[in-house]
Amino acid sequence: MHIIKTEINRRSFIKSTALAGGGMMLGFNWMAAGIPAGNTTVNVPDEWFEFNGFLKISPSGQITIQSPNPEIGQNIKTSMPMIVADELDADWTRVIVEQAPLNTEIFKRQLAGGSQSIRQGWQSLRMAGATAREMLKSAAAEKWNVPVTEITTQNSMVFHQKSNQSADYGTLASIAAQQEVPTEISLKTPSSFHIIGTSKANVDGRKIVTGQPLFGLDYQKEGMLIAMIAHPPAFGLKLKSVDDQEARKMPGITDIFIFDTYIPGTSKSAFDNTSFNQQVAIVGRSTWEVLQAKQALLLEWAPQDEIIEKRTLFDRTIEVITPSGLENTSQHQQWMDETAQKECKVVRKDGDPDTVFSNAAFILERSYEAPFLPHNTLEPMNFFAHVTDEKSELAGPIQTPEIMEKSLSERLGMPLEKIDIQMTRMGGGFGRRLYGHFLVEAAVISQKVKAPVKLIYTREDDMTSGIYRPMYRATYRAAFDSSKNLTGFHVKAGGVPESPLSANRFPAGAIDHYLAEEWSVPSNISVGAWRAPRSNFIAGVEQSFLDEVAEYMGVDPIEFRLELLEKAKRAPVGKDNDYDPDRYAGVLKLVREKADWTKPTDKETGRGVAAYFCHNSYVAQIVELKMNDEMPVVTKVTAAVDCGIVINKTGAINMTEGAIVDGIGHSLFGRQTFSDGSPEHSNFNTYRLIRHREAPKEIQVHFVESSLDPTGLGEPPYPPVIGALANAMYNATGKRHYNQPFLNQPS
Amino acid sequence: MAQISFSVNGKKQIVDTDPATPLLWILRDHLNLVGTKFGCGVASCGACTIHLDGKAMRACVLPLSAIADKEVTTIEGLSEDGSHPVQQAWVDVDVAQCGYCQAGQIMSATALLKQYPNPTDAQIERGMSGNICRCGTYLRIKEAIKRASENMK
Repeated sequence: MHIIKTEINRRSFIKSTALAGGGMMLGFNWMAAGIPAGNTTVNVPDEWFEFNGFLKISPSGQITIQSPNPEIGQNIKTSMPMIVADELDADWTRVIVEQAPLNTEIFKRQLAGGSQSIRQGWQSLRMAGATAREMLKSAAAEKWNVPVTEITTQNSMVFHQKSNQSADYGTLASIAAQQEVPTEISLKTPSSFHIIGTSKANVDGRKIVTGQPLFGLDYQKEGMLIAMIAHPPAFGLKLKSVDDQEARKMPGITDIFIFDTYIPGTSKSAFDNTSFNQQVAIVGRSTWEVLQAKQALLLEWAPQDEIIEKRTLFDRTIEVITPSGLENTSQHQQWMDETAQKECKVVRKDGDPDTVFSNAAFILERSYEAPFLPHNTLEPMNFFAHVTDEKSELAGPIQTPEIMEKSLSERLGMPLEKIDIQMTRMGGGFGRRLYGHFLVEAAVISQKVKAPVKLIYTREDDMTSGIYRPMYRATYRAAFDSSKNLTGFHVKAGGVPESPLSANRFPAGAIDHYLAEEWSVPSNISVGAWRAPRSNFIAGVEQSFLDEVAEYMGVDPIEFRLELLEKAKRAPVGKDNDYDPDRYAGVLKLVREKADWTKPTDKETGRGVAAYFCHNSYVAQIVELKMNDEMPVVTKVTAAVDCGIVINKTGAINMTEGAIVDGIGHSLFGRQTFSDGSPEHSNFNTYRLIRHREAPKEIQVHFVESSLDPTGLGEPPYPPVIGALANAMYNATGKRHYNQPFLNQPS
Repeated sequence: MAQISFSVNGKKQIVDTDPATPLLWILRDHLNLVGTKFGCGVASCGACTIHLDGKAMRACVLPLSAIADKEVTTIEGLSEDGSHPVQQAWVDVDVAQCGYCQAGQIMSATALLKQYPNPTDAQIERGMSGNICRCGTYLRIKEAIKRASENMK
């Protein structure tokens, strides 16, 4: 048991209030009107979008839990309430879950990003459940006149064994609400968890399969108009003129106008990244009518000058320069070729790599490249806004509601307390919805037309409006002595417009002479975080290179990594090594065992391994495949994951499987290219995403047994699979793949 | 403008609008049936899959004029409470991540199971490859289809 003081968070969430109708509520944001976790159907009000912020226990024993963070498919809407329910000793089948609204007074970090929701929410979620449990216990002690220390709880019941009394949480709720909020509570030890570590089905599962409104695009409101935007067809262009004479006359169209998303010259946050600040809004009564009018617009474009602006990320302000010009993919490649040859920024240097490389008996050098990638959330960008002089009501898919509320406050000149943002379930995030310009656009449009508006991006708008994963290049060099011992390691990585390097990650710390350098090339193609930013490239290529190093040395690739990790543990080189060698080795050993690595495969099967640490979690994977001409048919992927305590097993397995499919798909097929600044892929008829027939035939996920605090899982299983796939393809074909996408065929 | 009548989930509907309007937007904007999703608008992702006279079709490219007097079934029409064996299998297998594509996946799977009551892996892979799942839940989709097939026997 571990005892914690609740005082730190007292003001932030533990505020006990008696409800008029009885029952107990904690100011920790729980509320009814969801689907019970037990998967039975209850009557749900039509206005499913109305959120309120509390935990509530009803006299009938119903417990409603609100999940504080945005749900993008990472399943925290199930796993966050599981943590609360466990510490509450609740009966999960009587729990109803609902999405909390944005409420910065109650919640901390209502953000979906960096695989941090569970890790950073862990303590406060447990505290909320444990506090309520303590209050229920003291209520029972008071009622039965027995010492509170003799009270126990289990499955939504309170017990006093000596007097043989018991009571349901519901019957105690009203007295419990009047108890003092404890200043100190004890949290459970992992061995006494009864919900954490089990498998609980997605709390929205039944709503999803019956097509109920859940997503931003499903949002409806009386009198709501539909809005679309028209943006420049190329990076480096801006709007010159609009001829809307024909479009205005079309049926159902109420307004067409030019607007600025942000007021030029005002300060922006790093999440106010937007590719085209000035756009045309088309507003009307239905989606199809607005789409027709959009296509009837006659638009002229002009070159956009260089833009210099300041963007603030937390307390750091940076100057962002967006150059002018119309860029091409071939030009990007040429810029990378040139820049990669030049001297660049040394990020980490251990020992004397220069001497080691000049004295080397052999140097292995390989370069790797990967393209820009759109996120392609299946639900395109959209947002609902109703802005009046008095208040702003917004609802939709956003990963950064708190940050965007500030941006909107600044844009509209409206205080934060007059802005209400509701979080809908999101049809995918992958980082794209960290950048909420579409929320601001919806609000600006609503303000202008003085009506509730739902802004909808077409797929083409979505895929061509930027915020892509950057284009990356990395060159690795390994130095060997005449006995084929690895003596030095050098990575020089860069990209358009940013570097993917993480200099303090493995194999830094395991090699005496190590050099990590980085460079970047400015560009006006807008970029942003994309599932496992930077790691989504550097992990795969580093793991491919290590495979070649092991091959040259004639050692087993897992044994090779384990030896390096042993050295990093025993005699670490340098400082700030950003990984725990034991946990890293742990996932490698587990995957080796589970995939029967030491047994040879059949002749046609190629096999490859990779492991990576990012976003606080460790993942190792082994890919097995057969080749069907140029196309790899992945027969099996085995994954070993160390993310500390696993909250929801089925969710964690699902996330790992999905990340594996995603990584294989993007490395085989994904790329956005540019011709005169114009994105060359705008829809799924030419942009290839992985489909059912291309997915692995089998995926096995194994978790390291752990009692360490949980870390995230939305991103860590994605990066290494690209390396494992490349290594398996080499093993099957004898051909190394250095440039992504590995295949470049039409679907 | 044209008045066109058809049935959705067994209920007769008369819609008076541009006959070129895709069924997807008729469902979503006019009939308030939002279970059918918009993903691409060019019949490439399958998020808008519905049944037209029992056959799986992409509603985003199906003009209103083409459905006159026909029978449309949407995800809402499979069952209201999720008790249809395919929906139930999806819940039991806990398929969804973000969930956005799943209505379309279920509509394709239901049509597939009509054609092949005991589908092989290859039949599932081929039959379901018109539906993109951006989260990558394909393995669970396959498992759910097999479970539904068992439960429908």
